Amino acid sequence: MTAIAQAPPAVRPDYLNDGYGVRSWLLTSDHKRIAILYLISVTAFFLLGGIFAVLLRLELLTPQGDLVQPDTYNRLFTMHGVTMVFFFLIPGIPAVLGNFLVPLMIGARDLAFPKLNLLSWYIYTLGALFTLLAIVMGGVDTGWTFYTPFSTSYSNTHVILTGVGIFVTGFSSILTGLNFIVTIHRMRAPGLTWFRLPLFIWSHYATSLIMILGTPVIAITVLLLAFERAFHVGIFDPALGGDPILFQHLFWFYSHPAVYIMVLPAMGVISELVAAFSKKRVFGYEFVALASIAIAVLGFLVWGHHMFVSGQSVYAATIFSVLSMLVAIPSAVKVFNWTATLYQGSIWYQTPMLYALGFIGLFTIGGLTGIAVAALGIDVHVHDTYFIVAHFHYIMVGGTTLAYLGGLHYWWPKMSGKMYPEFWAKLSALIIFIGFNLTFFPQFILGYLGMPRRYHAYPEEFQVLHVLSTAGASILGVGYLIPMVYFTWTMRYGKRCEPNPWGALGLEWEAATPPPSHNFDQIPVVTTEAYDYVGQATRQLLARRTAGGAAESSAGGEAARG
Amino acid sequence: MWLNFDLFPDSASTLSGRVDQLYFFVMGVTAFFSLLIAGLIVTFFLRYRRRHGNLFGSAIHGSIPLEITWSVIPLGISLFIFVWGAQVFFALSRPPADATEFFAVGKQWMWKFQHPEGHREINELHVPIGLPIKLTMTSEDVIHSFFVPAFRVKADVLPGRYTTVWFEATRPGRYHLFCAEYCGAEHSLMGGWVVVMEPNEYEIWLAGAGTGQTLTASGEEIFTQRACNTCHRLETQARGPSLNGIFGRRVALKDGRMVLADESYLRESILNPAAKVVAGYDPVMPTFQGQLSEEEVLSLLHYLKSLAPAAGDSALPAGARPARTMRDRGAS
Repeated sequence: MTAIAQAPPAVRPDYLNDGYGVRSWLLTSDHKRIAILYLISVTAFFLLGGIFAVLLRLELLTPQGDLVQPDTYNRLFTMHGVTMVFFFLIPGIPAVLGNFLVPLMIGARDLAFPKLNLLSWYIYTLGALFTLLAIVMGGVDTGWTFYTPFSTSYSNTHVILTGVGIFVTGFSSILTGLNFIVTIHRMRAPGLTWFRLPLFIWSHYATSLIMILGTPVIAITVLLLAFERAFHVGIFDPALGGDPILFQHLFWFYSHPAVYIMVLPAMGVISELVAAFSKKRVFGYEFVALASIAIAVLGFLVWGHHMFVSGQSVYAATIFSVLSMLVAIPSAVKVFNWTATLYQGSIWYQTPMLYALGFIGLFTIGGLTGIAVAALGIDVHVHDTYFIVAHFHYIMVGGTTLAYLGGLHYWWPKMSGKMYPEFWAKLSALIIFIGFNLTFFPQFILGYLGMPRRYHAYPEEFQVLHVLSTAGASILGVGYLIPMVYFTWTMRYGKRCEPNPWGALGLEWEAATPPPSHNFDQIPVVTTEAYDYVGQATRQLLARRTAGGAAESSAGGEAARG
Repeated sequence: MWLNFDLFPDSASTLSGRVDQLYFFVMGVTAFFSLLIAGLIVTFFLRYRRRHGNLFGSAIHGSIPLEITWSVIPLGISLFIFVWGAQVFFALSRPPADATEFFAVGKQWMWKFQHPEGHREINELHVPIGLPIKLTMTSEDVIHSFFVPAFRVKADVLPGRYTTVWFEATRPGRYHLFCAEYCGAEHSLMGGWVVVMEPNEYEIWLAGAGTGQTLTASGEEIFTQRACNTCHRLETQARGPSLNGIFGRRVALKDGRMVLADESYLRESILNPAAKVVAGYDPVMPTFQGQLSEEEVLSLLHYLKSLAPAAGDSALPAGARPARTMRDRGAS
């Protein structure tokens, strides 16, 4: 302390240098440090899930099941799904970027319940440990969907242990959602009305609603599953008097909205990126904001589209089909508004913007193929084939993961105070885009040809497309490794960046870079709408005309407060 | 591997063409909008790049007419696709009234088929072209899914109940049969072939495949062996209700409900007779759970279906007998 007092200008206090020991991290209640803890955890699970994916794609290089045993293959795709869905995609954007940015963007000093926030990370970690234990002990082979009665009466792998992992992790999701909702309601800076909020906040609000309302259902479902498996109480297994379709209803009642837990925050990121790199307000702001809420609400009414061939009634299937079509509307509204934002913008092609544009393109394909699978007549044929695999990877990898990486690049200077290397970043964005399409586009064709998913061995005529897919996956893998290397590298060797390298608007850019532990010395007062780039420029111009050069810089700072 | 390489599946049933038309339309819509969005992005990308004199965007807030346009057009297109998709789905789900009934039983990890003539096959199903076939299916263990890509049909096969799928093959050939619902270790090997033959070849195959009893005959045999006929006597009232013309009839239950006597009801009444007791009778029938194989139950069902209504029974006329299954009833 005294050393710092003697040389005050050398180190400006920020959240990263506010304590160095392990305790200062593991017992922190600072939302920014918790975001970093989550960043490390979800990256570890992304790597783990990625390793499973590599093994799956290598196995599928040849039609014969020759690399691993069928049992091993079944465990690999199950664990790929479980780790990616529950430990990377669902917490990814909300728990890392959301945790870091929600308070900063609304001008708050922290989330409403900082200790609950830390607790949510510990709960996540506990759930993760159960799941890792299940993996280490030999894994689980039910598919991430845990369909009964296979999971309750037939599988002899660690179903309950994995279920406990998912059950526990769900509570971290609930706590995060609760924290965000209360924070957004109660802690907005003066003047920050609902329709002045950044769209990132709107989408996180919508996501939080799903987290709170949906997650308890998966908890109940997993509990019932464990109960039947452990005590042979007939709930889902017809041999015990249960109903296997009931499980599917309960499972998808959560797991379909969970898709929107994965993609809504991604949409929020894209809105921020498109505005910041077009230097323009998001076109049709109110429509984009309300589309998030519409998606969250409609998302709860469409679960049955996973069950068109499961034996549910044809009338139920028809209702679920038409409701699923409706989700396409708010999604289309978002895509059109982002695209329209580019019109007459000042488009700056930095890495985050490349990710954003990639997202818009791939999400469009993912969304439109969603209409294909919501159409009953097509879904009967493509259900449980690679068409579905391709469709949801376009949403979750082409969508969520691209947005996550774009957001990470955009806010990396804010989070670390360091700039990433632009050349390598652009190169890896390009590699990821090419690798992604080469991996998953052939799978649409494979699916319509009739290649079922979760197949360890397959007929020879499907091999060419599988080889292309595996080649794409190798490229994609390289694309992911490059950012991991340079992000780590910049932490240690990167040059300190400017406080606001993008010249972006938003309260998070008004805080110091990196922000101090309390975020703002003075709580900002908001007087303008979000993304008011034109207003800012006008005010700067006016200030330059009326005052001399000395007043210019302060007026610029004033305007940026919008 | 590079020679034997397809981009589009065989089309070999009366409905596969209809599915393909819908698919092409939706893929056309997908391609159109994907290219539209990509084209706009690239155009704006080149036209509005950041340069001197263009350091911030125009003051455009939005446009209500545009918002309405790009909500209403996608809504119209998706509802059009919905209606079209539902029509195809209803055609795929509803077997014609004159469909011939075959049976399938899925188990880890094989498919067992029974022809109405009594032939049994494993992992291979021979069918003639031009004959609408309704396959009534059940599983002995976990959920499986019957999937023939060339016919564009798929239906899950569940333990403890019946589901159906129907098709009418149009082109002779050997087509893949897959299990599409993950069912455990050898899931990817739980497949086989549907062999579609010209009707005359099929007759020859049937004749050469050895004769089993017809399903009706083996059902009748079980009916007698298991002494079902001591209570369910066919002409007279006895301790059990008469089963003449039972299939497709509405049955009044003791608790006042009316149920349709379809495959699932009959199966339940054999395996768990106390679940739904017919009005006017006592729950005296023993359970046959675990004593009959799924194939035996299917033979019994086939036999029960063959029983003509006795004179004076208020059964539905044969033509109006609905080919209903649990899929229609919302049994879930």
